Amino acid sequence: MRSLKLIALMLCLPLFLSGCGYNAIQRADEDSKAKWSEVLNQYQRRADLVPNLVATVKGYAQQEQEVLVKVTEARARVGAIQATPELANDAQALAKFQAAQGELTQALSRLMVVTENYPNLKSDQAFRDLQAQLEGTENRITVARNRYVEAVKDYNVLVRQFPVNLTAKMFGYAIKPNFSVENEKAISTAPTVDFGKPAAPPPAAPDPAGQKPAGHD
Amino acid sequence: MKPRRAGSIALAAGLLLALLAALAVAQVAVPALGARVTDLTGTLAPGARDALEARLQALEQRKGAQVAVLIVPSTQPESIEQFAIRVFDTWKLGRQGVDDGALLLVAKDDRKMRIEVGRGLEGAIPDVAAHRIIDEYLTPRFRDGDFAGGIGAGVDALQKLIDGEPLPEPYRSRTAERGMDSQSLLILWFWASVGLSLIFGSVPALLRLALVGVLVGVILHLFGLAAPWHVAAGAISGLFSLWAGGGGRYIGGGGSGRWSSGSGGGWSSGSSGGGFSSGGGFSGGGGSSAGGGASGSW
Repeated sequence: MRSLKLIALMLCLPLFLSGCGYNAIQRADEDSKAKWSEVLNQYQRRADLVPNLVATVKGYAQQEQEVLVKVTEARARVGAIQATPELANDAQALAKFQAAQGELTQALSRLMVVTENYPNLKSDQAFRDLQAQLEGTENRITVARNRYVEAVKDYNVLVRQFPVNLTAKMFGYAIKPNFSVENEKAISTAPTVDFGKPAAPPPAAPDPAGQKPAGHD
Repeated sequence: MKPRRAGSIALAAGLLLALLAALAVAQVAVPALGARVTDLTGTLAPGARDALEARLQALEQRKGAQVAVLIVPSTQPESIEQFAIRVFDTWKLGRQGVDDGALLLVAKDDRKMRIEVGRGLEGAIPDVAAHRIIDEYLTPRFRDGDFAGGIGAGVDALQKLIDGEPLPEPYRSRTAERGMDSQSLLILWFWASVGLSLIFGSVPALLRLALVGVLVGVILHLFGLAAPWHVAAGAISGLFSLWAGGGGRYIGGGGSGRWSSGSGGGWSSGSSGGGFSSGGGFSGGGGSSAGGGASGSW
């Protein structure tokens, strides 16, 4: 009879542990960590592309110093942030990381707009390949970020819900910060259309980066 | 006051319904996956469609990689990239774990196309290669209105790239994929023995031995244990039941029932990659994409 009780206890122990949500928290936590690694991975991939891209554009468009320098600077700032897995748990560090990456996104899209003016550059096979890689990487970043946002949402819902929130509190699992829309202000203000001046000088044109469909920044 | 309140409730309900309807039509639905070539625009002639289908099926049998073609009128309001990843996530092209799937998507009225590449094929079809296929094979022919020719040439190019890539052997049979890994089998074996011993605890010893032994053997075999071993495992479980189940009316009905439903769920989700078909119907093997590939327009 004693051994039977022991066996019954053994049967109940895993049920209890899975019932209180401990395992579910582990699963959701690991899932979001894996997705975060993928985000970092894809951002790194983009950062690795930048030096080649800048060098190729430089060969054709020497006079676009300002745009090129901006890209290089943004790339340097991104590289200065230590991209660690712990970054994802710190709301402030995450916001800083996001801001730096967003800056690089803007600088790169400005560079791409500028290259439109150089037909020789546009027909260069090396540049076209780099452009394809950059586009692919930007899309990968979008996908990775979307998947991370979903994973964090699942984790946060799990950790906040009763009764799992008790277990989470006991073992110190806090809510994770998530990516936010960075250019919230730009999106929520209505665009102004002015037909007053027919020959507006080109520098007054709106920021081309702002016109890009709201992607991942 | 009352009728006014009723009216406002009706108005609110109406607004909610309208909102739901708007949300429902906001995105183009992902079509059901029934064939490797899905043409929702009637662009491809039946003969061309069947030829493509046969070629893609041959590729899957040769290399294991799953390539699908989808032609839709439009992906609006989503971008073609967003729609492509949604289709890929739904269809799960490529084998689970290998992720060797690819999707050639054409949005005819948007004049856009995309090659979406699964993770496992990113080495064989890097973004640059996908971009060149679009640039050199698809775009010129699409401009002339030769959709069948363009898609055929694009698929040919993809096929050549995949053929040059060393991939795991294609799966020949369903059973090869169905099996559990050895560790899960061991855990299953242990709990099945304990649970069945408890359930049949009040049955006479010899009958219990036979029942537990046979049932454990059958369960393990169903979960993929090969032929001689399930007999041996069943025999050991039967002997175990002699020792463990002697206590009489001790039945852990609730506990073991819950446990077995849990393990059933785990198993079936694991084997969902086994929906690998080579016959008439077609279904994804459980692959995923990280958003690799390239887009273009004509």
